[in-house]
Amino acid sequence: MTLYIFYFLSFLAVLSAFMVVYSKNPVHSVLYLIITFFSIAGHYILLNAQFLAAVHVIVYAGAIMVLFLYVIMMLNLNKDTEAQKSNYLKLAATVAGGIFMIVFIGSLKGVEKIENLSAANQSAGLIKNLGQVLYKDYMLPFEMASILFLSAMVGAVMLGKNELK
Amino acid sequence: MVSGYIIYKSIMVVVVFLIGLGIAAYSTYAERKVAAFLQDRLGPNKAGPYGLLQPIADGVKMFMKEEIIPDVSNKFLFILGPCIAMLTACMTGVVIPWSTPITINGVSYPLQITDINIGILYVFGVVSIGVYGIMIGGWASNNKFSLLGALRASAQMISYEIAMGLSIIALVMMTGTISLQEIAAQQSGWHWNIIYQPLGFLIFITCAFAECNRTPFDLPECETELVGGYHTEYSSMKLGFYLFAEYVNMFISSAIISTLYFGGYNMPLIGRFVTDPNMLSILGVVFLFAKIFFFIFFFMWIRWTIPRFRYDQLMHLGWRIFIPLSILNILLTGAGILFFNR
Repeated sequence: MTLYIFYFLSFLAVLSAFMVVYSKNPVHSVLYLIITFFSIAGHYILLNAQFLAAVHVIVYAGAIMVLFLYVIMMLNLNKDTEAQKSNYLKLAATVAGGIFMIVFIGSLKGVEKIENLSAANQSAGLIKNLGQVLYKDYMLPFEMASILFLSAMVGAVMLGKNELK
Repeated sequence: MVSGYIIYKSIMVVVVFLIGLGIAAYSTYAERKVAAFLQDRLGPNKAGPYGLLQPIADGVKMFMKEEIIPDVSNKFLFILGPCIAMLTACMTGVVIPWSTPITINGVSYPLQITDINIGILYVFGVVSIGVYGIMIGGWASNNKFSLLGALRASAQMISYEIAMGLSIIALVMMTGTISLQEIAAQQSGWHWNIIYQPLGFLIFITCAFAECNRTPFDLPECETELVGGYHTEYSSMKLGFYLFAEYVNMFISSAIISTLYFGGYNMPLIGRFVTDPNMLSILGVVFLFAKIFFFIFFFMWIRWTIPRFRYDQLMHLGWRIFIPLSILNILLTGAGILFFNR
Protein backbone atom coordinates (compact mmCIF):
# COMPACT_ATOMS: atom_id res chain seq x y z
CA MET A 1 0.00 0.00 0.00
CA THR A 2 2.69 2.48 1.10
CA LEU A 3 4.76 1.51 -1.91
CA TYR A 4 1.91 2.34 -4.32
CA ILE A 5 1.32 5.68 -2.63
CA PHE A 6 5.05 6.37 -2.93
CA TYR A 7 5.00 5.58 -6.66
CA PHE A 8 1.92 7.73 -7.20
CA LEU A 9 3.38 10.71 -5.29
CA SER A 10 6.73 10.41 -7.06
CA PHE A 11 5.02 10.23 -10.43
CA LEU A 12 2.93 13.29 -9.56
CA ALA A 13 5.95 15.22 -8.29
CA VAL A 14 8.07 14.51 -11.37
CA LEU A 15 5.23 15.09 -13.82
CA SER A 16 4.20 18.41 -12.32
CA ALA A 17 7.84 19.48 -12.04
CA PHE A 18 8.17 18.89 -15.79
CA MET A 19 4.96 20.80 -16.37
CA VAL A 20 6.36 23.76 -14.40
CA VAL A 21 9.08 24.05 -17.01
CA TYR A 22 6.99 23.27 -20.08
CA SER A 23 3.79 25.25 -19.54
CA LYS A 24 3.60 28.43 -21.57
CA ASN A 25 1.58 30.40 -19.05
CA PRO A 26 3.51 31.52 -15.93
CA VAL A 27 0.41 31.21 -13.74
CA HIS A 28 0.01 27.57 -14.79
CA SER A 29 3.69 27.00 -13.95
CA VAL A 30 3.13 28.30 -10.44
CA LEU A 31 0.06 26.10 -10.00
CA TYR A 32 2.04 23.02 -11.12
CA LEU A 33 4.79 23.97 -8.68
CA ILE A 34 2.18 23.99 -5.91
CA ILE A 35 1.17 20.43 -6.89
CA THR A 36 4.85 19.44 -6.72
CA PHE A 37 5.09 20.86 -3.21
CA PHE A 38 2.01 18.96 -2.14
CA SER A 39 3.36 15.66 -3.40
CA ILE A 40 6.64 16.32 -1.58
CA ALA A 41 4.62 17.00 1.59
CA GLY A 42 2.97 13.61 0.98
CA HIS A 43 6.44 12.03 0.88
CA TYR A 44 7.24 13.59 4.25
CA ILE A 45 4.11 12.05 5.72
CA LEU A 46 5.13 8.65 4.33
CA LEU A 47 8.47 9.12 6.11
CA ASN A 48 6.56 9.75 9.37
CA ALA A 49 7.65 13.41 9.50
CA GLN A 50 4.25 15.04 9.95
CA PHE A 51 5.64 18.26 11.38
CA LEU A 52 7.89 18.79 8.40
CA ALA A 53 4.96 18.08 6.07
CA ALA A 54 2.70 20.58 7.84
CA VAL A 55 5.37 23.28 7.87
CA HIS A 56 6.19 22.56 4.24
CA VAL A 57 2.54 23.09 3.27
CA ILE A 58 2.13 26.20 5.45
CA VAL A 59 5.36 27.92 4.41
CA TYR A 60 5.90 26.85 0.82
CA ALA A 61 2.45 26.12 -0.57
CA GLY A 62 0.61 28.52 1.74
CA ALA A 63 2.84 31.59 1.88
CA ILE A 64 5.70 31.61 -0.62
CA MET A 65 3.70 30.32 -3.57
CA VAL A 66 0.86 32.72 -2.78
CA LEU A 67 3.38 35.56 -3.02
CA PHE A 68 4.72 34.10 -6.29
CA LEU A 69 1.22 33.91 -7.68
CA TYR A 70 0.52 37.42 -6.40
CA VAL A 71 3.50 38.91 -8.21
CA ILE A 72 2.86 36.99 -11.43
CA MET A 73 -0.81 37.97 -11.47
CA MET A 74 0.13 41.57 -10.80
CA LEU A 75 2.70 41.69 -13.63
CA ASN A 76 0.26 39.84 -15.91
CA LEU A 77 3.03 38.16 -17.89
CA ASN A 78 2.25 36.83 -21.35
CA LYS A 79 3.99 36.12 -24.64
CA ASP A 80 4.40 39.78 -25.61
CA THR A 81 6.00 40.86 -22.38
CA GLU A 82 8.12 37.74 -21.89
CA ALA A 83 11.71 38.68 -21.19
CA GLN A 84 14.05 37.45 -23.93
CA LYS A 85 17.20 36.00 -22.45
CA SER A 86 20.40 35.95 -24.46
CA ASN A 87 21.94 32.62 -25.47
CA TYR A 88 24.89 33.05 -23.09
CA LEU A 89 22.49 33.24 -20.15
CA LYS A 90 20.68 30.10 -21.34
CA LEU A 91 23.99 28.27 -21.66
CA ALA A 92 25.08 29.39 -18.19
CA ALA A 93 21.75 28.25 -16.74
CA THR A 94 22.09 24.84 -18.35
CA VAL A 95 25.63 24.38 -17.03
CA ALA A 96 24.62 25.49 -13.51
CA GLY A 97 21.61 23.16 -13.54
CA GLY A 98 23.77 20.27 -14.76
CA ILE A 99 26.30 20.83 -11.94
CA PHE A 100 23.46 20.93 -9.44
CA MET A 101 22.22 17.60 -10.76
CA ILE A 102 25.70 16.09 -10.32
CA VAL A 103 25.69 17.27 -6.69
CA PHE A 104 22.34 15.56 -6.16
CA ILE A 105 23.51 12.31 -7.73
CA GLY A 106 26.67 12.50 -5.62
CA SER A 107 24.59 12.80 -2.46
CA LEU A 108 22.88 9.51 -3.32
CA LYS A 109 26.19 7.71 -2.77
CA GLY A 110 25.83 7.30 0.98
CA VAL A 111 22.14 6.47 0.88
CA GLU A 112 22.46 2.85 2.13
CA LYS A 113 23.66 4.01 5.55
CA ILE A 114 20.76 6.46 5.98
CA GLU A 115 18.25 3.68 5.31
CA ASN A 116 19.56 1.67 8.26
CA LEU A 117 19.36 4.66 10.59
CA SER A 118 15.78 5.58 9.72
CA ALA A 119 14.56 2.03 10.41
CA ALA A 120 15.93 2.24 13.95
CA ASN A 121 14.23 5.52 14.89
CA GLN A 122 10.68 5.78 13.50
CA SER A 123 9.63 8.74 15.61
CA ALA A 124 12.53 11.05 14.70
CA GLY A 125 10.27 13.36 12.68
CA LEU A 126 7.66 13.91 15.39
CA ILE A 127 7.45 17.37 16.89
CA LYS A 128 8.70 16.44 20.39
CA ASN A 129 11.91 14.82 19.14
CA LEU A 130 12.45 17.56 16.60
CA GLY A 131 12.18 20.20 19.32
CA GLN A 132 14.67 18.31 21.48
CA VAL A 133 17.14 18.07 18.63
CA LEU A 134 16.77 21.70 17.50
CA TYR A 135 16.77 23.38 20.89
CA LYS A 136 19.19 21.10 22.75
CA ASP A 137 21.63 19.32 20.48
CA TYR A 138 21.87 21.91 17.72
CA MET A 139 21.02 25.05 19.66
CA LEU A 140 23.84 27.22 18.32
CA PRO A 141 23.45 26.49 14.58
CA PHE A 142 19.69 26.93 14.93
CA GLU A 143 20.04 30.35 16.54
CA MET A 144 22.66 31.35 13.97
CA ALA A 145 20.25 30.43 11.17
CA SER A 146 17.53 32.54 12.75
CA ILE A 147 19.88 35.53 13.00
CA LEU A 148 20.71 35.00 9.35
CA PHE A 149 16.99 35.11 8.53
CA LEU A 150 16.53 38.26 10.59
CA SER A 151 19.35 40.04 8.79
CA ALA A 152 17.89 38.94 5.45
CA MET A 153 14.53 40.38 6.48
CA VAL A 154 16.07 43.69 7.56
CA GLY A 155 18.01 43.80 4.31
CA ALA A 156 14.85 43.23 2.27
CA VAL A 157 13.04 46.01 4.10
CA MET A 158 15.97 48.38 3.55
CA LEU A 159 16.09 47.54 -0.17
CA GLY A 160 12.35 48.04 -0.44
CA LYS A 161 12.49 51.54 0.97
CA ASN A 162 12.38 54.26 -1.62
CA GLU A 163 14.92 56.63 -0.17
CA LEU A 164 17.59 56.03 2.41
CA LYS A 165 18.28 58.79 4.84
CA MET B 1 -12.33 -4.54 14.27
CA VAL B 2 -10.48 -2.66 11.55
CA SER B 3 -13.54 -2.52 9.30
CA GLY B 4 -15.65 -1.40 12.27
CA TYR B 5 -13.14 1.39 12.90
CA ILE B 6 -13.33 2.51 9.28
CA ILE B 7 -17.14 2.40 9.29
CA TYR B 8 -17.30 4.44 12.52
CA LYS B 9 -14.86 7.04 11.18
CA SER B 10 -16.76 7.27 7.88
CA ILE B 11 -20.01 7.85 9.75
CA MET B 12 -18.30 10.57 11.81
CA VAL B 13 -16.98 12.25 8.67
CA VAL B 14 -20.40 12.24 7.03
CA VAL B 15 -22.12 13.51 10.19
CA VAL B 16 -19.62 16.36 10.70
CA PHE B 17 -19.86 17.25 7.00
CA LEU B 18 -23.67 17.33 7.09
CA ILE B 19 -23.77 19.31 10.34
CA GLY B 20 -21.28 21.78 8.88
CA LEU B 21 -23.32 22.25 5.73
CA GLY B 22 -26.59 22.45 7.66
CA ILE B 23 -25.25 25.09 10.01
CA ALA B 24 -23.75 27.01 7.09
CA ALA B 25 -27.13 26.94 5.29
CA TYR B 26 -28.98 28.17 8.32
CA SER B 27 -26.28 30.77 9.00
CA THR B 28 -27.40 32.51 5.81
CA TYR B 29 -30.91 32.65 7.25
CA ALA B 30 -29.60 33.67 10.68
CA GLU B 31 -27.48 36.39 9.13
CA ARG B 32 -30.49 37.96 7.43
CA LYS B 33 -32.56 37.67 10.59
CA VAL B 34 -29.79 39.20 12.73
CA ALA B 35 -29.30 42.00 10.21
CA ALA B 36 -33.03 42.63 10.20
CA PHE B 37 -33.12 42.65 14.01
CA LEU B 38 -30.19 45.07 14.26
CA GLN B 39 -31.72 47.39 11.65
CA ASP B 40 -35.25 47.16 13.06
CA ARG B 41 -36.69 45.20 10.11
CA LEU B 42 -38.47 41.84 9.84
CA GLY B 43 -36.12 39.90 7.56
CA PRO B 44 -37.18 36.87 5.50
CA ASN B 45 -40.60 35.67 6.69
CA LYS B 46 -42.45 34.37 3.61
CA ALA B 47 -41.01 30.87 2.99
CA GLY B 48 -42.40 28.60 5.71
CA PRO B 49 -43.08 29.60 9.33
CA TYR B 50 -40.84 32.57 10.28
CA GLY B 51 -39.20 32.13 6.88
CA LEU B 52 -37.45 28.95 8.05
CA LEU B 53 -37.49 27.40 4.56
CA GLN B 54 -35.63 30.39 3.11
CA PRO B 55 -32.20 28.63 2.86
CA ILE B 56 -33.80 25.77 0.88
CA ALA B 57 -35.52 28.25 -1.43
CA ASP B 58 -32.19 30.07 -1.89
CA GLY B 59 -30.43 26.80 -2.64
CA VAL B 60 -33.01 25.82 -5.28
CA LYS B 61 -32.75 29.30 -6.78
CA MET B 62 -28.95 29.01 -6.98
CA PHE B 63 -29.18 25.64 -8.76
CA MET B 64 -31.85 26.79 -11.20
CA LYS B 65 -30.09 29.95 -12.32
CA GLU B 66 -28.37 30.07 -15.69
CA GLU B 67 -24.71 29.28 -15.50
CA ILE B 68 -22.40 31.60 -17.37
CA ILE B 69 -18.74 30.86 -17.97
CA PRO B 70 -16.98 33.85 -19.53
CA ASP B 71 -15.67 33.07 -23.00
CA VAL B 72 -12.14 34.32 -22.48
CA SER B 73 -11.40 32.71 -19.14
CA ASN B 74 -9.53 29.50 -18.48
CA LYS B 75 -12.46 27.12 -18.05
CA PHE B 76 -10.72 24.52 -15.91
CA LEU B 77 -9.31 27.02 -13.43
CA PHE B 78 -12.60 28.91 -13.43
CA ILE B 79 -14.35 25.77 -12.18
CA LEU B 80 -11.46 24.78 -9.89
CA GLY B 81 -11.64 28.04 -7.91
CA PRO B 82 -14.96 27.48 -6.09
CA CYS B 83 -14.11 23.77 -5.69
CA ILE B 84 -10.93 24.58 -3.75
CA ALA B 85 -12.74 27.19 -1.66
CA MET B 86 -15.39 24.65 -0.65
CA LEU B 87 -12.96 21.74 -0.19
CA THR B 88 -10.63 23.61 2.16
CA ALA B 89 -13.60 24.98 4.10
CA CYS B 90 -14.85 21.44 4.75
CA MET B 91 -11.43 19.89 5.47
CA THR B 92 -10.71 21.66 8.76
CA GLY B 93 -13.56 20.01 10.65
CA VAL B 94 -11.75 16.67 11.09
CA VAL B 95 -9.47 17.72 13.97
CA ILE B 96 -12.07 19.45 16.15
CA PRO B 97 -12.82 17.47 19.34
CA TRP B 98 -16.60 17.60 19.66
CA SER B 99 -16.64 15.99 23.09
CA THR B 100 -15.10 13.33 25.35
CA PRO B 101 -15.38 9.72 24.11
CA ILE B 102 -18.68 7.85 24.53
CA THR B 103 -18.32 4.32 25.93
CA ILE B 104 -20.87 1.73 24.77
CA ASN B 105 -20.47 -1.90 25.88
CA GLY B 106 -16.88 -1.29 26.88
CA VAL B 107 -15.91 0.11 23.47
CA SER B 108 -14.83 3.75 23.48
CA TYR B 109 -16.03 5.92 20.59
CA PRO B 110 -14.09 9.20 20.41
CA LEU B 111 -16.20 12.14 19.22
CA GLN B 112 -13.39 13.49 17.07
CA ILE B 113 -12.64 12.28 13.58
CA THR B 114 -8.90 12.12 14.09
CA ASP B 115 -6.44 13.40 16.67
CA ILE B 116 -3.41 13.81 14.41
CA ASN B 117 -0.24 14.74 16.23
CA ILE B 118 0.22 18.02 14.33
CA GLY B 119 -3.20 19.27 15.51
CA ILE B 120 -3.30 23.04 15.06
CA LEU B 121 -0.66 22.99 12.34
CA TYR B 122 -3.04 20.95 10.19
CA VAL B 123 -5.67 23.66 10.58
CA PHE B 124 -3.11 26.28 9.59
CA GLY B 125 -2.02 24.28 6.57
CA VAL B 126 -5.58 23.96 5.31
CA VAL B 127 -6.38 27.61 6.01
CA SER B 128 -3.26 28.74 4.19
CA ILE B 129 -4.20 26.83 1.03
CA GLY B 130 -7.77 28.17 1.24
CA VAL B 131 -6.66 31.42 -0.36
CA TYR B 132 -5.96 29.60 -3.64
CA GLY B 133 -9.69 29.18 -4.21
CA ILE B 134 -10.12 32.93 -4.26
CA MET B 135 -6.90 33.67 -6.16
CA ILE B 136 -7.46 31.10 -8.90
CA GLY B 137 -11.12 32.06 -9.29
CA GLY B 138 -10.31 35.76 -9.40
CA TRP B 139 -7.55 35.31 -11.96
CA ALA B 140 -9.44 32.87 -14.20
CA SER B 141 -12.39 35.27 -14.41
CA ASN B 142 -10.20 37.51 -16.57
CA ASN B 143 -11.83 40.59 -15.12
CA LYS B 144 -10.01 43.54 -13.58
CA PHE B 145 -12.29 43.75 -10.58
CA SER B 146 -11.99 40.02 -9.90
CA LEU B 147 -8.20 40.21 -10.16
CA LEU B 148 -8.09 43.15 -7.75
CA GLY B 149 -10.30 41.23 -5.34
CA ALA B 150 -8.03 38.17 -5.59
CA LEU B 151 -4.88 40.25 -5.01
CA ARG B 152 -6.45 41.91 -1.99
CA ALA B 153 -7.54 38.57 -0.59
CA SER B 154 -4.08 37.03 -0.89
CA ALA B 155 -2.26 40.03 0.62
CA GLN B 156 -4.74 40.21 3.46
CA MET B 157 -4.65 36.50 4.24
CA ILE B 158 -0.86 36.29 4.29
CA SER B 159 -0.61 39.35 6.53
CA TYR B 160 -3.11 38.12 9.07
CA GLU B 161 -1.90 34.52 9.03
CA ILE B 162 1.39 35.64 10.58
CA ALA B 163 -0.25 37.36 13.55
CA MET B 164 -2.61 34.40 13.92
CA GLY B 165 0.28 31.93 14.01
CA LEU B 166 2.17 34.03 16.54
CA SER B 167 -0.86 34.26 18.82
CA ILE B 168 -1.17 30.47 18.65
CA ILE B 169 2.52 30.06 19.55
CA ALA B 170 1.84 31.80 22.89
CA LEU B 171 -1.06 29.42 23.49
CA VAL B 172 1.03 26.36 22.61
CA MET B 173 3.81 27.57 24.93
CA MET B 174 1.28 27.62 27.75
CA THR B 175 -0.52 24.35 27.04
CA GLY B 176 2.60 22.43 26.03
CA THR B 177 0.77 20.52 23.30
CA ILE B 178 -0.53 21.13 19.80
CA SER B 179 -3.19 18.43 19.84
CA LEU B 180 -6.63 20.04 19.95
CA GLN B 181 -7.99 17.14 22.01
CA GLU B 182 -5.41 17.73 24.75
CA ILE B 183 -5.89 21.51 24.68
CA ALA B 184 -9.64 21.03 25.17
CA ALA B 185 -9.11 18.46 27.93
CA GLN B 186 -6.73 20.77 29.81
CA GLN B 187 -9.42 23.43 30.12
CA SER B 188 -11.74 21.39 32.33
CA GLY B 189 -13.76 23.36 34.84
CA TRP B 190 -13.10 27.09 34.70
CA HIS B 191 -9.46 26.88 33.50
CA TRP B 192 -10.36 28.33 30.14
CA ASN B 193 -7.46 29.67 28.12
CA ILE B 194 -9.18 33.03 27.67
CA ILE B 195 -8.30 33.79 31.33
CA TYR B 196 -4.59 33.23 30.70
CA GLN B 197 -4.44 34.51 27.12
CA PRO B 198 -6.77 37.52 26.77
CA LEU B 199 -4.46 39.38 24.39
CA GLY B 200 -3.82 36.25 22.34
CA PHE B 201 -7.54 35.67 22.06
CA LEU B 202 -8.14 39.22 20.84
CA ILE B 203 -5.47 38.84 18.16
CA PHE B 204 -6.74 35.40 17.18
CA ILE B 205 -10.38 36.38 16.77
CA THR B 206 -9.52 39.50 14.77
CA CYS B 207 -7.30 37.45 12.47
CA ALA B 208 -10.08 34.87 12.18
CA PHE B 209 -12.37 37.63 10.94
CA ALA B 210 -9.74 38.63 8.39
CA GLU B 211 -9.18 35.02 7.27
CA CYS B 212 -12.91 34.50 6.75
CA ASN B 213 -13.16 37.73 4.74
CA ARG B 214 -15.87 38.99 7.05
CA THR B 215 -16.66 42.65 7.66
CA PRO B 216 -14.73 44.78 8.70
CA PHE B 217 -12.16 42.88 6.62
CA ASP B 218 -14.25 42.04 3.56
CA LEU B 219 -12.14 44.15 1.20
CA PRO B 220 -11.79 41.31 -1.38
CA GLU B 221 -15.51 41.44 -2.18
CA CYS B 222 -16.17 45.05 -1.29
CA GLU B 223 -19.10 45.94 -3.53
CA THR B 224 -18.72 49.72 -3.36
CA GLU B 225 -15.30 49.57 -5.03
CA LEU B 226 -15.00 46.23 -6.84
CA VAL B 227 -18.55 45.31 -8.03
CA GLY B 228 -18.46 41.82 -6.46
CA GLY B 229 -14.73 41.35 -5.91
CA TYR B 230 -13.30 37.96 -6.85
CA HIS B 231 -16.71 36.44 -7.62
CA THR B 232 -17.93 39.16 -10.00
CA GLU B 233 -18.01 36.79 -12.99
CA TYR B 234 -19.51 33.83 -11.15
CA SER B 235 -23.12 32.84 -11.40
CA SER B 236 -25.39 29.99 -10.34
CA MET B 237 -24.07 27.40 -7.88
CA LYS B 238 -20.41 28.37 -8.35
CA LEU B 239 -21.23 31.72 -6.79
CA GLY B 240 -23.22 29.75 -4.23
CA PHE B 241 -20.12 27.71 -3.39
CA TYR B 242 -18.06 30.83 -2.72
CA LEU B 243 -20.74 32.33 -0.50
CA PHE B 244 -21.35 29.00 1.20
CA ALA B 245 -17.64 28.41 1.83
CA GLU B 246 -17.56 31.67 3.76
CA TYR B 247 -20.29 30.42 6.09
CA VAL B 248 -18.63 27.01 6.54
CA ASN B 249 -15.40 28.85 7.38
CA MET B 250 -17.27 30.94 9.90
CA PHE B 251 -18.65 27.80 11.56
CA ILE B 252 -15.22 26.15 11.67
CA SER B 253 -13.48 29.27 13.02
CA SER B 254 -16.14 29.56 15.71
CA ALA B 255 -15.53 25.93 16.63
CA ILE B 256 -11.76 26.47 16.77
CA ILE B 257 -12.08 29.67 18.82
CA SER B 258 -14.36 27.85 21.27
CA THR B 259 -11.96 24.90 21.49
CA LEU B 260 -8.77 26.90 21.88
CA TYR B 261 -9.88 29.70 24.18
CA PHE B 262 -13.32 28.94 25.60
CA GLY B 263 -12.90 25.47 27.03
CA GLY B 264 -14.26 23.48 24.07
CA TYR B 265 -16.81 21.01 25.42
CA ASN B 266 -16.10 21.92 29.07
CA MET B 267 -18.47 23.83 31.30
CA PRO B 268 -17.72 24.83 34.92
CA LEU B 269 -19.60 23.04 37.72
CA ILE B 270 -21.32 20.56 35.41
CA GLY B 271 -19.47 17.67 37.06
CA ARG B 272 -21.37 18.42 40.30
CA PHE B 273 -24.75 17.68 38.74
CA VAL B 274 -24.04 14.95 36.18
CA THR B 275 -21.75 12.02 36.94
CA ASP B 276 -22.48 9.57 34.11
CA PRO B 277 -19.55 9.98 31.67
CA ASN B 278 -21.72 9.27 28.60
CA MET B 279 -24.25 11.89 29.66
CA LEU B 280 -21.38 14.33 30.29
CA SER B 281 -19.98 13.83 26.82
CA ILE B 282 -23.42 14.37 25.22
CA LEU B 283 -23.80 17.55 27.29
CA GLY B 284 -20.29 18.50 26.13
CA VAL B 285 -21.48 18.49 22.52
CA VAL B 286 -24.40 20.72 23.54
CA PHE B 287 -22.10 23.18 25.33
CA LEU B 288 -19.64 23.28 22.44
CA PHE B 289 -22.44 24.02 19.99
CA ALA B 290 -23.84 26.70 22.29
CA LYS B 291 -20.42 28.37 22.25
CA ILE B 292 -20.15 27.95 18.47
CA PHE B 293 -23.57 29.53 17.91
CA PHE B 294 -22.61 32.42 20.15
CA PHE B 295 -19.49 33.07 18.08
CA ILE B 296 -21.39 32.79 14.80
CA PHE B 297 -23.79 35.39 16.20
CA PHE B 298 -20.77 37.47 17.23
CA PHE B 299 -19.45 37.36 13.64
CA MET B 300 -22.81 38.65 12.41
CA TRP B 301 -23.13 41.22 15.16
CA ILE B 302 -19.75 42.71 14.20
CA ARG B 303 -20.68 42.66 10.52
CA TRP B 304 -23.74 44.83 11.04
CA THR B 305 -22.08 47.14 13.56
CA ILE B 306 -18.64 48.10 12.29
CA PRO B 307 -17.99 49.66 8.87
CA ARG B 308 -15.33 48.28 6.55
CA PHE B 309 -11.68 49.36 6.86
CA ARG B 310 -9.87 51.22 4.13
CA TYR B 311 -7.25 49.03 2.48
CA ASP B 312 -4.21 50.86 3.88
CA GLN B 313 -5.76 50.83 7.35
CA LEU B 314 -6.18 47.07 7.04
CA MET B 315 -2.51 46.56 6.15
CA HIS B 316 -1.40 48.99 8.84
CA LEU B 317 -3.45 47.13 11.44
CA GLY B 318 -2.08 43.76 10.37
CA TRP B 319 1.62 44.55 10.10
CA ARG B 320 2.23 47.42 12.49
CA ILE B 321 -0.17 46.65 15.31
CA PHE B 322 -1.03 42.96 15.41
CA ILE B 323 2.37 41.44 14.64
CA PRO B 324 4.25 43.49 17.31
CA LEU B 325 1.37 42.88 19.74
CA SER B 326 1.51 39.13 19.21
CA ILE B 327 5.29 39.10 19.67
CA LEU B 328 4.77 41.06 22.90
CA ASN B 329 2.19 38.45 23.87
CA ILE B 330 4.76 35.67 23.34
CA LEU B 331 7.24 37.52 25.54
CA LEU B 332 4.63 38.07 28.26
CA THR B 333 3.61 34.42 28.12
CA GLY B 334 7.24 33.32 28.38
CA ALA B 335 7.79 35.62 31.37
CA GLY B 336 4.58 34.32 32.94
CA ILE B 337 5.65 30.68 32.51
CA LEU B 338 9.04 31.48 34.05
CA PHE B 339 7.57 33.49 36.93
CA PHE B 340 4.64 31.27 37.92
CA ASN B 341 6.43 28.09 36.91
CA ARG B 342 3.35 26.41 35.47
